[in-house]
Amino acid sequence: MSRLILELIARATLQTLEMVAASGLAAVVGGLPLALLLVITRRGGLYPLPLVARVLGVAMDMLRAIPFIILLVLLIPLTRLIAGTALGTEAAIIPLSIAAIPYFGRIAEVSLREVDRNLVDAVQIMGGTRWMVVRYVLLPEAMPGLVAGLTVTLITLVGASAMAGAVGAGGLGDLAIRYGYQRFNTQVMLLVVAVLIVLVIGVQTIGNRIAARLAHD
Amino acid sequence: MVVDLLQVVGITRRFGSHLALDDVSFSVPKGEILGVIGRSGAGKSSLLRCLGALDRPDEGHIVLQGENLTELTQAQLVQARRRIGYVFQHFNLLNARTVAGNIALPLEIAGVKKDVRHERVEELLHLVGLAGQGDKWPSQLSGGQKQRVGIARALANDPALLLCDEATSALDPETTASILQLLREINARLGLTIVLITHEMDVIRRIATQVIVLDHGRIIENGPTRQIWGTTHAVTHALLSDSRPQLPPAIEARLTGEKIPDARTIIRLRVEGDAAWEPFLSAASQRFGTDIALLQGSMVEVGGAPFADLILSLSNGTQGVLDFLSQSGRSMEVTGYVPADS
Repeated sequence: MSRLILELIARATLQTLEMVAASGLAAVVGGLPLALLLVITRRGGLYPLPLVARVLGVAMDMLRAIPFIILLVLLIPLTRLIAGTALGTEAAIIPLSIAAIPYFGRIAEVSLREVDRNLVDAVQIMGGTRWMVVRYVLLPEAMPGLVAGLTVTLITLVGASAMAGAVGAGGLGDLAIRYGYQRFNTQVMLLVVAVLIVLVIGVQTIGNRIAARLAHD
Repeated sequence: MVVDLLQVVGITRRFGSHLALDDVSFSVPKGEILGVIGRSGAGKSSLLRCLGALDRPDEGHIVLQGENLTELTQAQLVQARRRIGYVFQHFNLLNARTVAGNIALPLEIAGVKKDVRHERVEELLHLVGLAGQGDKWPSQLSGGQKQRVGIARALANDPALLLCDEATSALDPETTASILQLLREINARLGLTIVLITHEMDVIRRIATQVIVLDHGRIIENGPTRQIWGTTHAVTHALLSDSRPQLPPAIEARLTGEKIPDARTIIRLRVEGDAAWEPFLSAASQRFGTDIALLQGSMVEVGGAPFADLILSLSNGTQGVLDFLSQSGRSMEVTGYVPADS
């Protein structure tokens, strides 16, 4: 195996990690508040505004309905506007983030919604404000589920980042297509697949461990 | 004028056309343990939600320590709730917090500083018999221990009033006894007023000093526990029947209403208070030459006083014996007669 191939794979792995990490962070920063907003404003929530919850939910679902490869192309003007270019690893982070935010948002919503309603009541009975309910009950009690949801999101992003290769984003998927498929280099293809497997299993294992530690049961 | 700690004046709560609470009034002096009992759907939970300042009654007032809860703004209500401790049937502990963290929660909500909080939590752990267990997680505790944490948490802010919502209904009998004992100790030691909602008469008997019986949203009986125990009200009677001696079926089958010669007289005798400890049965036996057989009976403590409920069979049921047994603090009724031959 040539050094060149190893270098290529190392570089592509770093690019994939960069895209996944950056858009994963965006998924949490953007998706978690949206999930909270959905849970709080829904009927019977802490601050019921059912119309807001519906409009927000529909908007998120519309974004989720678009296949990522199409979203990637649709968002090129926006990507140019924000990143200055539509090409490269950094530029790919923008469409990845926009896909990841509603994806994680819906997953996080489920975890937050499953928090025992009686615990919310308990904190309100103790004289807790709505903000305290969010801080002391919703977020900490949903944490194991949120971590598990983030794990799923990160793994989905590994897959999506491969597609971003289509806009010259680099990364493992791009490498596998260009060297493995277009240049018939089976070795590269297999190596890339091996790295992806290790990456996905690694993320899942770490996610499981953290979630289990947080669950206390 | 002595103002009671809690005064409830004519509260009504409606859900659509259903009256969950219908003109309910009562008051609780400081240091009392009030038991509220009723069948499911009698309005107990609605009452507790109003007392806990969670729901506003549609009519009437609730006055706690001279402050009218029904007139407060939403923000003031949130503050008022911090003066009311609440113990839940299913404990409602946060899984993501340790025992100590759960007990500290109301203190954090009230903005108590960290070092004060820590000290107070240690104190409370001691009080509820969980010293040294502050670092455990709720999932590591038994039901009884969880409820002890729930009680400690409810006491954290030195509440003026402790509300217990079926606090022992999810516990086994032994654990129930220990939790009731703990509540009684807390009441005695801190002089804390407790309102306890339950569907179990046994809980009322062991701990309550006053009882309210709710039925269809109305108070049908209200008084000292001992008085309620001797009730003749049908609904209360039904609630009590499980914890009362019943005529054995074999006797009941042979019971007649007619006084036939040589029949044994079956009577039901209730004795309240210290009179229950007197040797009235042997006195009756000696004085009237009757033998007395005990068919069923219970002698329990009700609101801190003895209460005997006995079903007896007498060989000689003359008016003299019956009059004697009906004397001084005893209530007697003749249930019927059973032929002597068998």
